[in-house]
Amino acid sequence: MPSERIPRETIAARLAETGYVADRELATALWMMDYLKRPLLIEGEAGVGKTEVAKALALVHGAELIRMQCYEGLDANSALYEWNYQRQLIAIKAREGSGESPESIEARIFSEDYLLERPLLKAIRRQAPPVLLIDEVDRADEEFEAFLLELLSDFQITIPEFGTVSALSIPRVVLTSNGTRELSDALRRRCLYHYLDFPDVDREAAILRARQPGIDASFALSVARMVAGLRKEELRKTPGIAETLDWAATLAGLGVSDLSAEPEIVHATLLALLKTHEDRTRVTPEVTAQLAGRAA
Amino acid sequence: MSASQDRLGLGMRRRLAGFSRTLRDAGFSVGRSETGDAARVIASPLADRPERLRPALKALFASNRSEYERFDELFDAFWRGRGVKRAAAVTAFGAANRPRRFEAGPPGASAKGLTERAEAEAPGAPAAEGHGRERGASAQESLARKDFARLAAGPEREEALALAERLARAMRARVTRRERARRQGRRVDLRATLRRSVARGGQPIDLKFRRRKRKPLRIVALLDASGSMELYVPVFTRFLHALSQAFSQAEAYLFHTRLAHVSSALAERHPQRALDRLSLMAQGVGGGTRIGDCLADFNRSHAKRVLHGRACVMIFSDGYDTGAPERLAAEMHALRRRCRRIVWLNPLTGRAGFAPVARGMQAALPFVDLFAPAHDLKSLAELERYLARL
Repeated sequence: MPSERIPRETIAARLAETGYVADRELATALWMMDYLKRPLLIEGEAGVGKTEVAKALALVHGAELIRMQCYEGLDANSALYEWNYQRQLIAIKAREGSGESPESIEARIFSEDYLLERPLLKAIRRQAPPVLLIDEVDRADEEFEAFLLELLSDFQITIPEFGTVSALSIPRVVLTSNGTRELSDALRRRCLYHYLDFPDVDREAAILRARQPGIDASFALSVARMVAGLRKEELRKTPGIAETLDWAATLAGLGVSDLSAEPEIVHATLLALLKTHEDRTRVTPEVTAQLAGRAA
Repeated sequence: MSASQDRLGLGMRRRLAGFSRTLRDAGFSVGRSETGDAARVIASPLADRPERLRPALKALFASNRSEYERFDELFDAFWRGRGVKRAAAVTAFGAANRPRRFEAGPPGASAKGLTERAEAEAPGAPAAEGHGRERGASAQESLARKDFARLAAGPEREEALALAERLARAMRARVTRRERARRQGRRVDLRATLRRSVARGGQPIDLKFRRRKRKPLRIVALLDASGSMELYVPVFTRFLHALSQAFSQAEAYLFHTRLAHVSSALAERHPQRALDRLSLMAQGVGGGTRIGDCLADFNRSHAKRVLHGRACVMIFSDGYDTGAPERLAAEMHALRRRCRRIVWLNPLTGRAGFAPVARGMQAALPFVDLFAPAHDLKSLAELERYLARL
């Protein structure tokens, strides 16, 4: 498929335009997806922005984003296609006395009008290549993974009553995994791999500036430092980037511009970052003050 | 693909092949398709800027986090290093980071392996205790009741080990069968029934039922390999080996003063090889115990990945802990919330006049669902009945 290939620099620049601050490695990985026509597997802790990558990628290419959330017990029917049985039944009943031949009724009810597209089928039936996000693939069962592997190599789907549907365009596939289950080697080998870590302080500050225009640069930096400090504490749930954004917005809304100046407010608003009781009790006002002092 | 490879000079192709070999030595799984794609990338406009090649090849060759993190160093050493010295260093680095592959060589002299321990005669109470050697029909029965600590080396011990193994395998079969028999919660699946009725002209004649799909029971075993457990460790490792062969989702850990994840060693089919690898992984076995610290490590680094609502944690330990009991209690509490059941198997329980007075044991008991003896094969067999009910 001769889809126009975007140079790597442009990908990085357009990612930045969409508000996604990517590091060099990620921009390269996204370029290689296009060049080699391989899916990209992204692993990383919860909250590092794995799903955001796919959204940003869709924006970069001006493509539609088709998302499939995996869960335990996900089967081919809910991932691929389903017939609209209710409509089929009505169609059969409605034509019962009309003298239409059974063959023509059959042909009618197994036509495209009665087919419900699910994400995977949808993704390969688009004229322009969409971005297909297969989210949290580790939550799906192993059998589903095997099935996915087949789809990712052939890009065609066989529907017994209907025939084989070949891809009109090859979607850009992004898979994400949280590591709740070890993925098969076969799947890993089919994909490019990127490990997404929590951003360093500078990059997180850049994300804050990109997502919250108008935020003071030095304040963004101290917020990023404070969150980085918190991530080093032994927490049950490490705060993600979305939480950092929430927190920064909260502080901005309360008119805080210096973390060390108003320790009570800072401590009270930490509920945007710390989401378990244990973490809340672990981070005492003293710890907060200490971290804020170091960050400011 | 070959066209793009042709565009590369012969020298470059050789270098690339060499790099693939280096990666393979470092435990990466590099196939032909990766090498071919790498050639395409090197021939692409991206390669005009050499500093971009590293992230590009990294995305291509790495397939998990550990490979991802090691790649930069390997790349720099191979492509940027000068002279033979660096290349040699890379290979050495690779070998050191290759725990997954079985090394045929003997384990280091310093690491007195579990294997040797298993071979070695059990000290303490050997055959001198003077129990007659029963033969004939009742031999197995008596073996099943004999305390592991009293098993002498030799055929009797081998037989016990083999029995432990068979037991673990049988457990799998029975646990699965019972699970299937219980799956009778019948609810009509309307969607599927409607679908079937299309074939009958819209009459829902064939009812389709919905079954609950259950996660298989996952066994997570934590084996205390401290000095006080010495006599029992060989039998338990053998039992665990068979268990992890039988239950596809089993995970195993060894602990003494620190925790070691040993599932990959136990995945080795041959028991002897599995034990060899295990002894390489678990250095320092036979010292003191810090159950609390090890559990903390488990809770922090492994629990999230390994435990779910259908997980049964089995702790094989005598409960002699040199750490603070409060810490053990806190960690047991945390563990309790993450899994379905905690089974604590204590080999000392079978002894006459035993009471769980060890401080660690006292601290842990409130959080344990089943506190059972594990001093002979019969007591291990009892486990099956319990697991089947989960």
